[in-house]
Amino acid sequence: MTKKFLLKGLGCASCAAKMESAICKLDGVKEATVNFMTSRLIIEGDDDKMPSIIEQAEKIVKKIEPDVVVKKA
Amino acid sequence: MRKRIWRIVIAAFIWAAAELMKSNISSDYMEWASAALFLASYLIAGGDILMKAARNIVRGNIFDENFLMSIATIGAFLIGEYPEGVAVMLFYQVGELFQDYAVDTSRKSIAELMDIRPDYVNIYKGNELVQTDPDEVKAGDTIVIKAGERVPLDGKVLEGSSLLDTSALTGEPVPREVREGSEVLSGCINLTGVLTVEVTREYEESTVSRILDLVENATNKKSRSERFITRFARYYTPVVVAIAVLLAIVPPLLIKDANFSDWIYRSLAFLVVSCPCALVISVPLSFFGGIGGASSRGILVKGGNYLEALARTDRIVFDKTGTLTKGVFRVQEIRPSDAGFLTEAAIGLDNANADGKKTENEIETRKQKLLELAAHAEHYSNHPISLSLKEAYGKEINPGRISDAEEISGHGVRAVVDGKEILVGNKRLMKKYNIFHYQEAEAGTIAHIAVDRQYAGYILIADEIKEDARKAIRELKEAGIRQTYMLTGDNEEAAMKTAGDLQLDHAYANLLPGDKVSKLEEILKNSSPKSKLAFAGDGINDAPVLARADVGIAMGGLGSDAAIEAADVVIMTDEPSKIATAIRIAKKTLRIAWQNINMAVIIKIAVLIFSALGLTTLWAAIFADVGVTIIAVLNSLRALNVKTL
Repeated sequence: MTKKFLLKGLGCASCAAKMESAICKLDGVKEATVNFMTSRLIIEGDDDKMPSIIEQAEKIVKKIEPDVVVKKA
Repeated sequence: MRKRIWRIVIAAFIWAAAELMKSNISSDYMEWASAALFLASYLIAGGDILMKAARNIVRGNIFDENFLMSIATIGAFLIGEYPEGVAVMLFYQVGELFQDYAVDTSRKSIAELMDIRPDYVNIYKGNELVQTDPDEVKAGDTIVIKAGERVPLDGKVLEGSSLLDTSALTGEPVPREVREGSEVLSGCINLTGVLTVEVTREYEESTVSRILDLVENATNKKSRSERFITRFARYYTPVVVAIAVLLAIVPPLLIKDANFSDWIYRSLAFLVVSCPCALVISVPLSFFGGIGGASSRGILVKGGNYLEALARTDRIVFDKTGTLTKGVFRVQEIRPSDAGFLTEAAIGLDNANADGKKTENEIETRKQKLLELAAHAEHYSNHPISLSLKEAYGKEINPGRISDAEEISGHGVRAVVDGKEILVGNKRLMKKYNIFHYQEAEAGTIAHIAVDRQYAGYILIADEIKEDARKAIRELKEAGIRQTYMLTGDNEEAAMKTAGDLQLDHAYANLLPGDKVSKLEEILKNSSPKSKLAFAGDGINDAPVLARADVGIAMGGLGSDAAIEAADVVIMTDEPSKIATAIRIAKKTLRIAWQNINMAVIIKIAVLIFSALGLTTLWAAIFADVGVTIIAVLNSLRALNVKTL
């Protein structure tokens, strides 16, 4: 399953890269992309692990850039 | 944004005042006052950075740029370099502001480029025309598009005629004419008349939605240079910071008369230079610009990786029909034979010149007569060849002149027209009726015609080469394509003719759709790993080949789902020369991205070396960070400008 999110206020390109690599390492994630230019986060992962993936991904985003608001897109 | 600008301006003023005061210091009191002013300026300029750094450290996230800037500037303060400490922070903020502005601008300009989303649809509710949301309309509904409105959904014109501006989709400036029965695509603008349209696709599947989706997702696929730079940044920052720490501690301990503050000053420069953002941002920004610029020219690139592959493409394989040729069969040539039925007397040219010379006019009349007979004989047939003959004839056919028409499968037709037996068909048909005919080797499909068992001539029917194809091949060669290939299911002669006309390097004929994949794989096998191979097709029957090539280019992708799905690059018009445009855009984008990478790395490393040796000041370090970011961002914005490519 693929989920898309809008990272509102994403301001730093290297932070985006950090988020991407951290989310990629989460259990059950097949592929994660943070698109700095469109401020999108796209996670492809196992269906049953998705809720926990989303929760952890949100934490990662907040940790790296606290001002970013994660929205469903 | 405005608030940030004011903060920077005020901080800069205070900084200037403090600097002025410092240079005219006459007492301890003044020195303290100047230091206080510097501190005030610093806090105004960089208070938020300090806050962010502190917050991130609490969250266990060090090594971010806020932290690096804070340490570098605080360090400068501690060793008494107030002006430079403040300046680093000030310039850092200016750089950030600038960078945000640039990112914003390019985000916006691409959004504008893609501003093709329809706002409303005019639809009849009872007898009243009302406006509703495009996604509430179903396929089969009838909608009305007034002049000046955007076509909201794909459909077929039921009533009315108009000119459509398709430039938002195709980059094509010339309006397209539509009338009853024409297909209209969402995203075009209706220029002149009112159109009543039957919706054929609902909003989610409409051309507009698909294009927007494609462009929005395009930058998700990252290019190699993008991956390279994020990987580089991941190691670069910690390494530079580690060196900074060593630089501050080790030399003062080892070297006899070294003093700490000198070496700390040097290490601060390292911290300033260690920020990776200039690098990290400039590459995706270039690609974003390139992809956006390409879409403004009617070229949809599905990812930065494909833009990169396009730039390194040196061989292109074309599908023939529909890509290089128009895919429409047309009468190319009419060759009446000199003997037999088409003598002057027989077709009513009683006043033929005595010396037997035929005038232009007479030849034309003979041609028309031959075509007329062929078209009549083929009247009841629906074979593509019959259709093209009838189309070329162009006049009303009188069925009263035709009797005993029969189709001889695999051969042609036999019919009696005006009391004469007419045979129209291939060589086999002529042989079957023992009719002598001229052997010819022209490319294309040939319809031989016999009248009362006498050979009367032939009509050549062929697919036409697109006007744009020659230009395309020439421009591709100029853009660095070394080899051109053509694959086709057509016969050898037709293939060779097209390949010869277009000066293609290789052509393979008689290929079934499945053979095309294996042929492509054969060509792929002989390639060096560095160079890429592109395949361009019209998306009909060649989806597997599109998928197999390094870069699959679908031509005339508008409205064809399969093509948009399978291809990596979709060209909205059916001009093959757009492939050359795409390659030029790709090359420019790549050039800009690598210029940025090289410039940033070289300047940063140079400044690092000079700083370690104590040859430069913090000012150079600020330039290596902020200055480089600004130059890189400005340079990336060039990628958006592809109007003249």
